[in-house]
Amino acid sequence: MRRSVSIAVLTVALVIGLGTIDIRHVSVLASAQQKAETTEVKIDNFSFGPGTLTVPAGTTVTWINRDDIPHTVVSTEGVFKSKVLDTDEKFSFTFSKAGTYPYFCSIHPKMTGKVIVQ
Amino acid sequence: MAGKLKDEILYDHNHDGIDRRGFLKCMAWAGTGALCVMSGGVLKSYSLSRLPEMSSKESLGELSFVQISDSHMGFNKPANPDVAGTLKAAVDKINALSAPPEFMLHTGDVSHLSKPEEFDTVDQILKSAKPQDVFYVPGEHDVLNDDGKQFLERYRRGSKGAGWYSFDKKGAHFIGLVNVMNLKAGGLGTLGHEQLEWLEDDVKHLKHSTPIVVFAHIPLWSVYPEWGWGTEDSAQALSYLKKFGSVTVLNGHIHQTLQKVEGNVTFHTAASTAFPQPQPGKADSPGPMKVPAEQLKSVLGITDVNYVQGQHALAVVDLTLA
Repeated sequence: MRRSVSIAVLTVALVIGLGTIDIRHVSVLASAQQKAETTEVKIDNFSFGPGTLTVPAGTTVTWINRDDIPHTVVSTEGVFKSKVLDTDEKFSFTFSKAGTYPYFCSIHPKMTGKVIVQ
Repeated sequence: MAGKLKDEILYDHNHDGIDRRGFLKCMAWAGTGALCVMSGGVLKSYSLSRLPEMSSKESLGELSFVQISDSHMGFNKPANPDVAGTLKAAVDKINALSAPPEFMLHTGDVSHLSKPEEFDTVDQILKSAKPQDVFYVPGEHDVLNDDGKQFLERYRRGSKGAGWYSFDKKGAHFIGLVNVMNLKAGGLGTLGHEQLEWLEDDVKHLKHSTPIVVFAHIPLWSVYPEWGWGTEDSAQALSYLKKFGSVTVLNGHIHQTLQKVEGNVTFHTAASTAFPQPQPGKADSPGPMKVPAEQLKSVLGITDVNYVQGQHALAVVDLTLA
């Protein structure tokens, strides 16, 4: 008797809990698992971290600027080019083809990085 | 060199008893441009304290101008959330100079993000400066997103290509160069073939005695390549200026004052009016250096330059905002 009551209580609590979850979050979680992988490159202290990123084809790479100075992300082969990114601004690019993609910051050209797509 | 106890005068340009080696020794001791210039001897005659002794400027043909740099309008982080305020303080400093400058040079990074409102704000603030004539060259922050088109339209001055130009003032020849365009991955500042050809032609027929002032954003000497503080093809530019007796190179970009003398060429970088940056290699990266609020104005500044016709060297003096 007690066990069934506690199970019932738990079930009710769970139902109430689920009911308070924002339905948007649930759908985002579901679709993220279906989408290709997203990987992040952090820009900070005049450097790209990681400097060399290896990802499978189809990956969307997102650069996010955590530095207190603006930077850009520009492919040396002209494949992609961000607008200027101030602190906390992002740039994303989806790499559909395999290859090596060197890039740099066009404002501070000593900052270089590479994405290797397999 | 060994066994010499007395310094020999090697190159007494102004006949005041101080030579290049003495100047360099002084600089090594002082660590900054300012002190050395004041007591270094080559420029002794022109220290600010002596300027009142000089008779009417016009009859001496004296030229006086100010260099400001790296105003970064739009920057709002530590150590300076108010770059408009510090630029205004710089203008106040300029307006308080005992020898009022005729014009100003802005060696770039006028704006922080190349936004029109940022350029507008600088223009507005500089309207209250006594010297209303301002000559600009762009920094890398001024040519974002549009290959410098906006900068050219605002500050053109009949310039060629990416915005290089020259003009004359009281017998001195001023050359504005652009070394922030077409930067290559892993590279430094660059002048490019077209600009170098123009420069060679521009100075070809000038007399050797013409004092030359070159101004550009990124230093035209190798300050610290690891941080991009240098220009790849500056050696070629300087080779065209070898014949001149006095060449003064004024740069910005590194947000601190540094000076180097090499033969007849004096290289000088100005402080920023916005925020300081660390000395070469003294931090992980060349980004904004955080200092306590009460110290901020002492690491920002302007550069006052004076020249007397007939004399060789220009007097370059750095002044901090506080």
